Amino acid sequence: MAQTVPAPSPVPDVAAAPPARRRPTPSVAAPGPRAARVLSNAVLVVVGVCFLLPLGWIVLASLDASATLAVRLPDEFTLANYTAVMTPEQTWVPLANSFLLSAGTGLITVVASVLAAYPLSRYRMRFNKPFLYAVLFGTCLPITAMMVPVYSLFVRLNLLDSLPGTTFFMAATSLPMAIWMTKNFMDSVPISLEEAAWTDGASAMTTLRTIVLPLMRPGIAVVFIFVFIQAWGNFFVPFVLLLTPEKQPAAVSIFAFFGQYGSVAYGQLAAYSMLYALPAVALYVLVSRLSGGSFALAGAVKG
Amino acid sequence: MTTTLAPAPAGGPGAGPSPARRTPVRRTAGRLVPMLPAVVLLALFMLGPVVWSFYGSFTNAALTGPNALAPEWVGLDNYVALLSDPDFPKALWLTVLFVIASAVIGQNVAGLGLAMLMRSARGPVRSVVSTLVVTAWVLPEIVAAFAAYAFFHAEGTLNSLLAGVGITGPDWLFQYPMLAVILANIWRGTAFSMMVYSAAIAEVPPEITEAATVDGANAVQRLVWVTLPTIRRSISTNLMLTTLQTLSVFTLIYVMTGGGPGTDSSTLPILAYQEAFKFAQVGYGTAIATVMLVIGAVFSVVYIRSLKPEVD
Repeated sequence: MAQTVPAPSPVPDVAAAPPARRRPTPSVAAPGPRAARVLSNAVLVVVGVCFLLPLGWIVLASLDASATLAVRLPDEFTLANYTAVMTPEQTWVPLANSFLLSAGTGLITVVASVLAAYPLSRYRMRFNKPFLYAVLFGTCLPITAMMVPVYSLFVRLNLLDSLPGTTFFMAATSLPMAIWMTKNFMDSVPISLEEAAWTDGASAMTTLRTIVLPLMRPGIAVVFIFVFIQAWGNFFVPFVLLLTPEKQPAAVSIFAFFGQYGSVAYGQLAAYSMLYALPAVALYVLVSRLSGGSFALAGAVKG
Repeated sequence: MTTTLAPAPAGGPGAGPSPARRTPVRRTAGRLVPMLPAVVLLALFMLGPVVWSFYGSFTNAALTGPNALAPEWVGLDNYVALLSDPDFPKALWLTVLFVIASAVIGQNVAGLGLAMLMRSARGPVRSVVSTLVVTAWVLPEIVAAFAAYAFFHAEGTLNSLLAGVGITGPDWLFQYPMLAVILANIWRGTAFSMMVYSAAIAEVPPEITEAATVDGANAVQRLVWVTLPTIRRSISTNLMLTTLQTLSVFTLIYVMTGGGPGTDSSTLPILAYQEAFKFAQVGYGTAIATVMLVIGAVFSVVYIRSLKPEVD
């Protein structure tokens, strides 16, 4: 369809320009590149709309005074949903818990994985290969499958309903991926600088702190944010391990809100979802800037 | 993709920060010290639950009451119960259906398709659509689940669109729960496959594709005979990763249908959760968890074998 000349041309002049601009040899078997391009654009627009509709509901319903479950333009735009949920016990305390949990998880994970990645990256040891295989195996284990035994383990260790306990558990589950990523980032820091420092008598920890870490700051930021986003969005782990509402992060309290008022206050549910989702989206944008290109996380996962 | 191990410090065993007079064993031990925090965390919170899972599945542990504190050894009772419980084979089948339909077919084909389409798309269309696709993936799980819930609800977006063209839509979450959660998982997870495939296709040398074009290959032939064979490693990696991810999807299904109606959308994670926490049969739930761990482990081993060259 794309190759037809635009319709409203006043006089069909054969000698006019359009044919000259057309592709020299239109192939018979396949649609021409222009037609293909228009077709793929059209398909993409349709796919885009399919992806937009569920997302659009959250945005529009959060601004709608009388939101329903169907996506629609609000009769009147209002921020009332936001002001209704922006109370300490409803939003701010859970968000603060989410932050504590995610930042704590990120911090523990980064420290432990930098320390673990250094020997793996710098020394050739018999220990490396089995450890890396174990780590790779750990990245694959379905954490959801572990939650029932983790619950009984936490009962035994008396860690149930403890924020630090949950933080350490989440750090442990994100460690395999973090060690893998950190080691790859560290491998790209040339070793020659350290060798000079070693010759001058510096210890491994000194060179790690003063030479390696400054050189891989963006990599560390990527690992931290990656872990932070995962922890921020995690629902199942705190849902099982944290019981007191005052300790629960936003993911769990938003689910409780859904259970209590979800069938009436759709607007507020959407507004709460927006407030909770925004930091994750913003951090993702940041991390894709840091590592150049929006496909950064997949690249990191690929190893 | 710099996954090969860095070469050891040049200069043989004497190089490195530790003094050369120490014995090799003590030196290696000293070098391993920084790994302690990670090893302890992994042993306690990853290995611990796995071992506990195998042990717990042989007990009658309960959520409350005397069996919660002092569970008794019941041998294979939980597994016997598992096999005679009609819910378990059903959950197993639903899990397989969910994984194959939403990950192996849905996300992979949609991701590959989107990655191909993006290449011939106009700039603004490409960036807007890829942003939308990636947004569904970046959103916290539970928010994505709410969005999908609202979309498929009887009074939700899908049915109001259908009503617009004069069709009275069914109550998707109740009548077709598996279809709804499968579509929702494709919506949520396609971005990952799209990114993996975009990166892979970008690395296909243009000369090969051009040569095929000169030889008269059409678009489909180029895809089947040139692009797909070249990116086959990415395909297998992506298949494994999406399978493992989808295997452990809990939140999406739990929020959308709660595993219901009845157990019509209870995949293994939902079933394990419900047996353990709703019906307080922790031992039984643990047995289901162990089965899932074994399935996950099998997939992981296959996946790791395919990555072997990158560790060695």
